[in-house]
Amino acid sequence: MFPAHFDYVRPATVEEAVKLLAKHGDDAKLLTGGHSLIPAMKLRLARPQVVVDIGRIANLSYIRETGGAIAIGAMTTHADIEASKTLRDKSPLLAETASHIGDAQVRNKGTIGGSLVHADPAADYPASILALDAEIDVVGPRGKRTIKAVDFFVDLLQSAVAADEIVTEIRVPATAKTVAYVKTEQKASGFALAGAAVVIGPGGVRVGITGVAATAYRAAGVEKALAGQTSLTPDLIARASAQAAAGVDALGDIHASPEFRAHLAQVNTRRAIEKALTRA
Amino acid sequence: MPMPFHIHVTVNKADQHHDVEPRLLLVHYLRDVCGLTGTHVGCETSLCGACTVLVDGKAVKSCTMFAVQADGSSVTTIEGLATNGQLHAVQQGFWECHGLQCGFCTPGMIMTSVALLARNAAPSREQIAEGLRGNLCRCTGYSHIIDAVNHAAKAVARG
Repeated sequence: MFPAHFDYVRPATVEEAVKLLAKHGDDAKLLTGGHSLIPAMKLRLARPQVVVDIGRIANLSYIRETGGAIAIGAMTTHADIEASKTLRDKSPLLAETASHIGDAQVRNKGTIGGSLVHADPAADYPASILALDAEIDVVGPRGKRTIKAVDFFVDLLQSAVAADEIVTEIRVPATAKTVAYVKTEQKASGFALAGAAVVIGPGGVRVGITGVAATAYRAAGVEKALAGQTSLTPDLIARASAQAAAGVDALGDIHASPEFRAHLAQVNTRRAIEKALTRA
Repeated sequence: MPMPFHIHVTVNKADQHHDVEPRLLLVHYLRDVCGLTGTHVGCETSLCGACTVLVDGKAVKSCTMFAVQADGSSVTTIEGLATNGQLHAVQQGFWECHGLQCGFCTPGMIMTSVALLARNAAPSREQIAEGLRGNLCRCTGYSHIIDAVNHAAKAVARG
């Protein structure tokens, strides 16, 4: 399988890349790890005239503490996130989530910024990004802006990042150890049929669900059922988790019906809450 | 036609300079331009791992990377593992433990295993299986492959 022809440009800075995007508009696509873009180009689902390789822009791959948050450069690979001691110590959910993505080779190439902006409805990060209430910085011709996780995933394969903008940084808060990501995967691809990410902290329980609907979402019904509860009993967890797909338009395909996906969302939410509590 | 792009890649310690089409995938660059056909084209969809090579020491699927992305990098393929006619410990492990039948997946299995052992010199069987989940074998059922990697780890530890 060969992609169609394209022109290849390799900017050295974010500013240069933003100018190239402004110049070429919809004809251009950004390339970093390429693990979403190249498969789409081989199938000719994507046919950019110009590929802007931002993989060599310095200083977009890092993980560092900034105040109460951990800042992650957009071009940080899944492998680096999985292995990060800073994340494992201070905010372990994202590292745990990264370890579930694809396989070792995929994790060596794929980047968090690229994965998020691709907004695949069955990707793993979105559930955790939502449960963590992360912030995503983007830079474009109008300057820099910050998008909250809850506003980031707009529709199927559509994020809030404009075509002329580039994701530069993701910030997640430091959390307690009481976090977990549990998914049921589609066996061939490893993508989530339903995945639940849970953060249990002093402020309550936050739950992000991926794989079920056109976009990942916060399971508001679960969070509400657990709000203000001091003792998370098995019975309470089970009743709350039953709300994991309430009011959600679940997707169906050859791998799983909408009903099955909704069921898996409930089961995996319960398991993720139980798993997070074992880490207290 | 787009402009060809000049790349310089170190492949198995040898300098390679070529003008390539930007759309040329690394696996085809290695096979068709460099003449190194040990790297196999399997599924072409980044699932099977037959095309795995090391780029700057990291295992990647060369069917899902453009050759232009490897510009300036050091690539190791299956042909680059043996030294002076001596098989690499992982190759020897596959030989000793019958870690292959048809052999099509083997170059990718071995390259992924080399990277795995570089990260973790004494992996458990579970860690080997997890490390190889991006490599599919349709013949062996994986037991002998895990044996082979285990054999290699122990051989290296013995020195």
